[in-house]
Amino acid sequence: MDPNKVIICRCSDVTLQDLHDLFKEGYETFDEVKRIARVGMGPCQANTCGKIVRKEIARYFNRPIEDVEFHRMRPFTMGVKLSAIKEAAEDEEES
Amino acid sequence: MQKSEVVVVGAGPAGLTAAHELLKAGAEVTLIDRNASLGGQLIKQTHKFFGSEKQYAAHRGIDILERLTENLIPYERFHLLSETTVVGFYHDKVLTCLKDDRYFKLQADSVIFATGASEHSIPFENNDLPGVYAAGAVQTLMNEYGIKPGQRVLMVGSGNIGLIVSYQLMQAGVDVAAVLEASERIGGYLVHASKLRRLGVEIRTNMSIKSAIGEAHVEAAEAWRLDEDWQGIEGSEERYDVDTICIAVGLSPLTELLEQAGAEVEYISELGGNVPVLKDYETTIEGVYACGDLANIEEASSAMVEGRIAGIRAAQALDYTVENAEMRLKALDDELVDLRSGPPGDNVRRGLKKMEGLT
Repeated sequence: MDPNKVIICRCSDVTLQDLHDLFKEGYETFDEVKRIARVGMGPCQANTCGKIVRKEIARYFNRPIEDVEFHRMRPFTMGVKLSAIKEAAEDEEES
Repeated sequence: MQKSEVVVVGAGPAGLTAAHELLKAGAEVTLIDRNASLGGQLIKQTHKFFGSEKQYAAHRGIDILERLTENLIPYERFHLLSETTVVGFYHDKVLTCLKDDRYFKLQADSVIFATGASEHSIPFENNDLPGVYAAGAVQTLMNEYGIKPGQRVLMVGSGNIGLIVSYQLMQAGVDVAAVLEASERIGGYLVHASKLRRLGVEIRTNMSIKSAIGEAHVEAAEAWRLDEDWQGIEGSEERYDVDTICIAVGLSPLTELLEQAGAEVEYISELGGNVPVLKDYETTIEGVYACGDLANIEEASSAMVEGRIAGIRAAQALDYTVENAEMRLKALDDELVDLRSGPPGDNVRRGLKKMEGLT
């Protein structure tokens, strides 16, 4: 199987090869990979790629999957326009 | 800030029944769902359910959802926010929501999460080629919108979803080339597998997909045999001429909102991966509950029962009187035991034992 042709993260176009290259460079946790490659930061918020990345970390570093920490989840679950937050804050001030 | 005594997130089988129990007890309930139509996955489930009469066996998912929704309408204290996405959840039980482009906050005393699960994808060559679908997407296209995804499909995964969607594809006049199963055993119920076999569809165990082939769209698929470590064996490739590849390899609970607020999650593979740590359906945040596929990946029948239990528990915690509560909770627990009996329930039973050990 050619790892260059295997897409792990569709949102940010990260391949299996990209992931292995990052592992080789020393990035070992989900959060590290996320910050460098943006895996899990797109519209899917790791709901599609998360499980695969976790499995790949487990396989590559030979760790049990339950020991591979998932990424830290923060609001929001999807993109929210700053203007919408501003409007909500203004409405709250008025009332 | 807007307030609602109880907020139920997700209007699938678990959310609908949880909301019903809370309304019956007298609570104010705001039910939020990101879709326009309620019912979650029930809307795609055109097949008849198994189980006992209590879980609407012999009825189709799409009909069950109508009955569950009708249950809620008469209550004055019922508010529905459809086409609304909960985008954030905080430990003080504030939810931030997005409807159209309007952003607003909602303060609740109690929150029930019934957000369900997301489908797994798997790594294989050219897995981003048009024509590669998740099984849920195929069901939405066919059963909700009446659109055929293709002419000839290779199904990857023989759990209940893979088997049922294969059958529904055949019913829609789409050819199913084969069903691949990575493990040595068919994952789903034998009844579903037998129906497919009678139609001449082969279910091939210890096999998975190696690559999708095609330029602009899937033109073929290559499958290969797996060794004991689930690694593909070079030289064992077989080609299937298909225009569609359908992935049905399991689901993961959607814990993201709970995790944002700091609710504990634990990896229990038998329950679907990261699941919220629960005691009597309550998370590690007091007054915050989880039920349905979010709690453990199972059938809609179990989700409906879990929703009722979570709803009753939440109502009691808010000091509402639930009629015959003890008797009803016992009966609902018995229903779950029934639904999880036998070999198909092995996994869930093992997973729930592990969960008990945590709390």
